[in-house]
Amino acid sequence: MMIYDLHGPDHAPGPPLEPLPGPHGPDRRVLISPPTPNRQTPDRQTPDRPTPTARSPGPDFGRCPAFFLYLRLVRYGFRRHATYWGAAAAGALTNTVFGVLRAYVLIALWESRPGLGGYDVGDAVTFCFLTQAFIGPMQLFGGGLELPRRIRSGDIALDLVRPAPLQMWTLSEDLGRAAYLFLARGLPPTLAGALLFGIEPPAEAAAFLVCLVLAVVVSFGWRYLIALAACWVLDDRGLNVMSMVLTTFFSGMMLPLVIFPGWLGSLARSLPWAAMVQVPADVYLGRIGDRTGGLAGALAFQCLWAAVLLGLGAALTAAARRKVVIQGG
Amino acid sequence: MVRTYALLVWTWTRAAAQYPLSFALMTVGGFVVSGLDIAVIWVIFANTSSLGGFGLTEVMFLYGSAGLAFAIADLLFSNVDRISEHIRAGTLDAMLIRPVSPFVQVAADRFMPHRIGRVAQAAVVLGIALPRLDVPAGRAWMIPVMVVCGIVIFTSVWALGGAVQFLLTDAPEVANAFTYGGGMLTQYPLSVYGDHIVRGVTFILPLAFVNWQPGLYVLGRDDPLGLPHWVRFLSPAAAVALALVAALAWRAGIRRYRSTGS
Repeated sequence: MMIYDLHGPDHAPGPPLEPLPGPHGPDRRVLISPPTPNRQTPDRQTPDRPTPTARSPGPDFGRCPAFFLYLRLVRYGFRRHATYWGAAAAGALTNTVFGVLRAYVLIALWESRPGLGGYDVGDAVTFCFLTQAFIGPMQLFGGGLELPRRIRSGDIALDLVRPAPLQMWTLSEDLGRAAYLFLARGLPPTLAGALLFGIEPPAEAAAFLVCLVLAVVVSFGWRYLIALAACWVLDDRGLNVMSMVLTTFFSGMMLPLVIFPGWLGSLARSLPWAAMVQVPADVYLGRIGDRTGGLAGALAFQCLWAAVLLGLGAALTAAARRKVVIQGG
Repeated sequence: MVRTYALLVWTWTRAAAQYPLSFALMTVGGFVVSGLDIAVIWVIFANTSSLGGFGLTEVMFLYGSAGLAFAIADLLFSNVDRISEHIRAGTLDAMLIRPVSPFVQVAADRFMPHRIGRVAQAAVVLGIALPRLDVPAGRAWMIPVMVVCGIVIFTSVWALGGAVQFLLTDAPEVANAFTYGGGMLTQYPLSVYGDHIVRGVTFILPLAFVNWQPGLYVLGRDDPLGLPHWVRFLSPAAAVALALVAALAWRAGIRRYRSTGS
């Protein structure tokens, strides 16, 4: 369910997209023609244009700058997910149970190898509950975006003519989702861990919060790529499985990346998934001393991957705009 | 009942076979996803030689035997955790007026044959571990027994989870903590968990009888908790007892079911 009431009342999208009468595919896909110059509508815009208000005949936001549009989208994302509080509570319970079980495994490991990877037992337990808390906000099992469904149903055509770039629009909603899940599914496992095992307090709370937001952005950047791939791959379940395997293993969710042996560890710690779980957990624990550049280096690492993934996402959005496939249209 | 179940399952399998590539990819996907568990165990044992007093091969045996039972129960019966969907959509009403047990219908509904990939993964792990363990022939008989008992125990847990959803129709995910949590718990030797948890899964929710107690017998190890030796042979009894409880709970759930009217 997307939000439509953001358009002003005088917003008339016009006929930007028309189904081609060409031959239908076996599954009745209808190709949408790319916007041609002579059919350029006021709504057409390049995805990298940041401010929708920069266009002269665009929809009227009532002098509402782009920032407030995005802020409102964040709020709507938050509220949409807040509707399903029962599911979030059950998810928090499951995350907590798994956190307890995994904490025991990590305790057994650290008792046989004290100081492994620079962590002590308390760090390992804290790490375990933090990673369980990250599952919801960072959406570590994949998904969380409406895009694949909207691509399959053809609603993506509508999204592409919205008065804001698709990527930024989706990011705003995803930030709202992450904010809600941080409260609903992030805090309960952490509190349960604190009560049952006792976990460490954050080393630098403010830096940790910045780090969390960046981690969500990196996670979004990755999931956006996977979601948008549904434009090209019609059955995206295989991609989702691959994404889940890479994310859960290389983010540090299953085991801290600091104990991955040899080259596997070096590789895992430099991949984008490390920016989703391992880096924020390290910042929380204050275990960034051995990382090059300390705290600034950790944040720079996240910013780098966020920029790379968002850049790829913008390029992919541009490509998707040229090749929109609508099913059943 | 068995015939109806087999017929329904076969129908869904033929439906899945209409998309052979999708089916093959999903099967491989299941194999890879559950293979991650073994990757985690491998990373752990790259750092240590023993976890909770057990070596890599022993942990692989415990993982493989429980994983096999879990994956087969997941393949055959885990769809009962969709009961809340049927309640909300009203499709349970249709099932109740058919002359077939609703449990069979719910379990077979949208049967997913690609879950065989997980079964294969667990079987491979067990197949790698067993030859390295040199289990004496006099104790090897316990292995098939424990897998069968494990299937019954996990199926009962799923049925209990389904029965709970008659009460918690809006939060079906609560059952995941016990079903998938139970699957995760039995992957490692119970000696790594705290005493409270081990007692809980021995005397309350008897997950310890999936692979822990019989596994101790197969491996010829002492019980770290000091339970008597004969407890190791109680898996069939525990499985039957839990199955009875689950059956009663399921029936109670069906009895108190009130249609949404939709």
